Amino acid sequence: MIQIKDLTKRFGKKPVVEDVSITIEPKTITSFIGPNGAGKSTLLSMVSRLLEADSGEVLLDQNSVRKWKSSEFAKRVSILKQTNHISVRLTVRELVSFGRYPYSKGHLNSEDEKFVDTAIEYMNLGDMQHKFIDELSGGQKQRAFIAMVIAQDTEYILLDEPLNNLDMKHSVQIMKILRRLVDELGKTVIIVLHDINFASVYSDRIVALKDGKLVKDGPTHEIINSDALRDIYDMDIPIQEQNGCRICIYFNSHT
Amino acid sequence: MRLWMLMIAIVVLSCISLFIGAIDIRLSDLFNGNTDKIEIFLISRVPRLMAIILAGAGMSIAGLIMQSLSRNKFVSPTTAGTLDAAKLGILISMLFITNVTYTQQIIFSFLFALVGTLVFMQILDRIKFKDVIFVPLIGIMYGNILSSVTTFFAYENDLIQNISSWLMGSFTLVISGRYELLYISIPAVILAYLYANKFTVAGMGEDFAKNLGLSYKLVLNLGLVLVAIISTTVVLTVGVIPFLGLIVPNIVSLYLGDNLRKTIPHTAALGVAFLLLCDILGRVIVHPYEIPVNVTVAVIGSAIFLFMLFRGRAYAKK
Repeated sequence: MIQIKDLTKRFGKKPVVEDVSITIEPKTITSFIGPNGAGKSTLLSMVSRLLEADSGEVLLDQNSVRKWKSSEFAKRVSILKQTNHISVRLTVRELVSFGRYPYSKGHLNSEDEKFVDTAIEYMNLGDMQHKFIDELSGGQKQRAFIAMVIAQDTEYILLDEPLNNLDMKHSVQIMKILRRLVDELGKTVIIVLHDINFASVYSDRIVALKDGKLVKDGPTHEIINSDALRDIYDMDIPIQEQNGCRICIYFNSHT
Repeated sequence: MRLWMLMIAIVVLSCISLFIGAIDIRLSDLFNGNTDKIEIFLISRVPRLMAIILAGAGMSIAGLIMQSLSRNKFVSPTTAGTLDAAKLGILISMLFITNVTYTQQIIFSFLFALVGTLVFMQILDRIKFKDVIFVPLIGIMYGNILSSVTTFFAYENDLIQNISSWLMGSFTLVISGRYELLYISIPAVILAYLYANKFTVAGMGEDFAKNLGLSYKLVLNLGLVLVAIISTTVVLTVGVIPFLGLIVPNIVSLYLGDNLRKTIPHTAALGVAFLLLCDILGRVIVHPYEIPVNVTVAVIGSAIFLFMLFRGRAYAKK
């Protein structure tokens, strides 16, 4: 279990994340939402140890993440930051194989190969596994990176705006895959999302941040209502229910 | 391109390299026990070949490591101040230590190369505008600043001629007893191969490396130490060979990608073949005189580099 306790991070004097405490429920998708500059990505970076907190702590199985050995931590928690800028020319298969790095240090045994095969199959990348990733489209590339994370086989998967620069079709594909990871493989996914409707339709829990502070934290249906959203975004957002999905109609809201 | 093709090319070029030069040596001379010619063969021709092989492989791999760690296709020991810093180190050792020994020169040159490259990586860390071409331009400017400092103090102390001999990469002066320092680069190259996977992971960025549990800073520093060792040994024995660490890894990357475990053997082999070819050309064009290898490498290399810049900007950016 991941517990976030009184986490604070300042850049200079300005607090970017302030006294945030959350418990992440296992086997769920938790979405971090909130306006620009709310501190969502910073929070995610601290959970995954990419950034050090100024005060407070993150506990993984009751132990502070700072005390975990890097190689062991990499077997439990994986993070994918915005990946569009990675310029290294690797084939899809090579990239996915590096997901086994925490286990194999690059010398893959037959078990590692099996994980790689499974991950490639899971993400439907079989026909393009020998292509270089810089030859792929945005959606395919994102799938390749997620395949790498699947091969890394961590209980927790953290994703920082994975839908950036993806069109509707690929966004839906990625979200459905994340849902399957949770429902079929029992993973726990924490995701920073910009689009409130993807958060509403696909996540189990929503954590809303604003100006570095936690404003809402609860099951999705408690957050996706006009009152809660007004507190988060300062907008009046009507909600419509369609096939059991709550959709926020914010496009022509008064701001 | 296959590895075995490169290997065949290297064997053929090596044979040519052994049997051309001011004095005509034939295979039969060696078997007939012509002692004069055997002596020239062992004192001059074989060391020269070894020096070319070690320098060619070393500089190409040093370039490859730098490109991976800086995440920029156009960064290499020549475009990041490494070689200029190494030269400055040699000069400083000559200025401050009377009767400087070879070992002291090596140590100074190594430390300067290391710190010089480290400083460049720090600059790289701080600048916001990381254009593929802008970064090496900064490196070249930085190298030129170091170089002008070297020239100034060399001029003040009547060491200009001494300095310019290191500027000029050439195998002309390589004879038995004057090139053995290059063998130090062999363990460095082997280490580079053993750490290839770590360099590849580090090449995907700090966040990415940390996600996979890699100690990023450690790998970065190890890489820079290897680059400094290789650069130092080459500068002290052969001189500055420009472009080699730039174009060779880029050509290999084009057809093989950036997985270092896979590309290091190709990069080394192509570097050796290319340098052998350039050296042979320099020796036959004005036979029995020689054009220093840095000139032939620079002429051919800059042409390839320009081609890469025009055609490859798109590829490097991706």
